[in-house]
Amino acid sequence: MENKSYTKHFIFLSVLLITLFFLNISFGSVSIPFKDIFSSIFGGNVAKDSWETIIINFRIPKAITAILVGSGLSICGLLMQTLFKNPLAGPFVLGISSGASLGVALLILGSSIFGGFFLTDTLSNWSLPIAASLGSFLVLLAVIIAANKVRNTMSILIIGLMFGSLTASIISVLAYFSEAAQIQQYLFWSFGSLGNLSWNEISVFAIIYTFGILSTIAVIKPLNSLLLGENYAKSLGINIKKSRNVILLITSVLTGVITAFSGPIAFVGLAVPHIAKMLFFSSNHKILIPAVAIIGAIVLLICDGIAQLPTSEFTLPINAITSLFGAPIVIWLLVRKKRIFV
Amino acid sequence: MKENKHIILKTENLSIGYQHKKTPKIVASNINLDIEKGKLVTVLGKNGIGKSTLLRTLSKVQQPISGNVYINQKKIEKLTEQQLSKQLSLVLTERLPESQLTVYELIALGRQPYTNWIDTLSKKDIEKIETAIAQTEIKHLKNKRFYELSDGQLQRVLIARALAQDTEIIILDEPTAHLDMHQTIKIFSLLKQLVLQTKKTIIISTHEINLAIQLADEIILLTEKTFFTGKPSELIANNAFDILFPKNLVNFNKTLQQFVINKN
Repeated sequence: MENKSYTKHFIFLSVLLITLFFLNISFGSVSIPFKDIFSSIFGGNVAKDSWETIIINFRIPKAITAILVGSGLSICGLLMQTLFKNPLAGPFVLGISSGASLGVALLILGSSIFGGFFLTDTLSNWSLPIAASLGSFLVLLAVIIAANKVRNTMSILIIGLMFGSLTASIISVLAYFSEAAQIQQYLFWSFGSLGNLSWNEISVFAIIYTFGILSTIAVIKPLNSLLLGENYAKSLGINIKKSRNVILLITSVLTGVITAFSGPIAFVGLAVPHIAKMLFFSSNHKILIPAVAIIGAIVLLICDGIAQLPTSEFTLPINAITSLFGAPIVIWLLVRKKRIFV
Repeated sequence: MKENKHIILKTENLSIGYQHKKTPKIVASNINLDIEKGKLVTVLGKNGIGKSTLLRTLSKVQQPISGNVYINQKKIEKLTEQQLSKQLSLVLTERLPESQLTVYELIALGRQPYTNWIDTLSKKDIEKIETAIAQTEIKHLKNKRFYELSDGQLQRVLIARALAQDTEIIILDEPTAHLDMHQTIKIFSLLKQLVLQTKKTIIISTHEINLAIQLADEIILLTEKTFFTGKPSELIANNAFDILFPKNLVNFNKTLQQFVINKN
C-alpha cells in the first residue's frame, strides 16, 4: 500500500511525544529546575539528592507508565474496532477490563466477607496485578469459548457487554456486604493511577507490553484484510479463527496487565483510534498501529500532566481526567466530521 | 478425435443447503457440473432457489451437505485457505465495513495471498494491480476512498480486486444487483471481455436472463425440481426456460430468445 506523505505526521508526533515526556517529568508537587532534571537523567551532578530520587524513582517511572498504558490501551481499541467492524468497540466493551476489576474486587472486597482467606493488610505489590490479570484472563477465556461457538462478531460484542454487566453486578453485591474501608480501597484502585510502580514492576510491564506490540505487528496482514469483512478475508487466504483468537489474546493480555498496574482507565482505548483515523485519514494498519501507539502515549501524558495539577500537591484520579477532557474532544471531532470509521 | 477439454471446476453428486438444528435443509441435490477453463458461466434461477448457496459452496464459504467440489482435480475441502486463495477469488454482495481504504489499497488487498508476512508489495504485485486497474478502466478512481464511489464504480473496483488476486476462477454473486441497465450491460461486457482476454473462468449468478442468453458460454439453470446446464442455445432447444417461472404471467419466446409478458 502506498504510504507516502505520512513521514511528516510521524516526525511531528514523535517530537511532541518527547517534549511531553520531559514536560511531564518536570512538573510535580516539588519544583525542580530543568538543569537538574537533565543531569539526573543523563548522570550529571544534581543540586539535591532528594531531587534525583524524585526524578529517578517517581517521575520517570510514572511517565513511562503513562506511555505504556496510553499506547497499549489505544492499540487494543484499534484491534477491537477492526475485529468487530464496529467503531464503538474497545477493550472495555469486551468485558476484559471488567474481568480485571472483578479480580481486584474479589481480592479487596472479598477479604472482608470471606475472612482471612485472602491477604488483607499485606496487599503486596503483586497481589493486585495477579488478581486483575486472572480476572481479565477468565473473562477472556469465556469470550473466546463463546467466540468459537457463535460465528457472528456482533454477537461476541454483545456477549462481551453481558460479561461486563455481570461482573459489575457481582462487584456491587460484594461492595454491599463490605466494610467502608475496603470499599474505599477498591474505589481508589478504580480511580486509576499511573504512579506507584517500582522499576521492578515496570520491567515486568514492559516485557509483556513488548510481547503484545510485537504480536500486533504480526497480525497487520489479517487486520487489513478484515477491513473487507470476514468472507473476503477468508478468500484472501487468512485463517479467520486463528487470527481472531490471536487478536483476542493480544487484547486481553495487554488490557489485563494495564488494568492490573494502573486501574481501569476509560475512554483512551475507544477514542484514540478515532483521533488517529481522522489525523491520518487512513485505515491501513501499517500506518494506524504506530500512529495510534504514539497518539495514545501523548494523550495519556497530557492527561497525567493535568491530573497532577502542576505545582499543587494534589493529584486528581487519572480516570476522571481521561474522560473529562477526552470525551468532549471526541464528541467535537465526530460532530465536525460527521462520519465515523471502523 | 477426442475433444481436449480443460475442466477447471467439477462437482460430484453435490447437495447444497444449510445445517438447521442438526437436520440439513437441502436446497438442491445431485448437482454434477463440469466447468471448462475460459468460459463465462451464469447461474440463473428465481429468488431463493439457491444460486447464492451454490456459489458459496463452490467457493468454500459454505460446507456442502454431501458430495464434492473439485478445483483442477483437487478436492476443495483438502485445500487450505492459502492454496484456495491463489485459485479462486470472490466478488460478494455483502456491504463492506465502513473504512477509509482507498481504491488502490482495496485492490492491493487482492495481492495478500502472495505478499510476505508484513504485506509488502513486490514489483510483480504492483504490476498485477496496475494491470487490474487498466483492465477495469478505473485509473481515475485510484486515489478515491471506496465509500465515495457509485454502485457501478464500486463493482468495477471489486472486480479489479478479484483480478489482482490472479486466480483462474472468479466467482461473482449478483454483480449487477443494484445497477441500472447501462451499468449492468457495462459490467457484463467487461466480464465477457475478461474471459476472452485472460482465459479466466468467470462464474456469476444473475437475474439478467436476456443478457445471459446473449453473452454466456454456459448457463446453469436452477429450478425447483431439477437443474439444467448447457450452452444458451441448447437450453432454449430443450425448452428449459419454460419451467423457470409459473406460466400464467410470462412465457419464454423461442424466436425472440427472451421472456415475454402474457397479454390479457
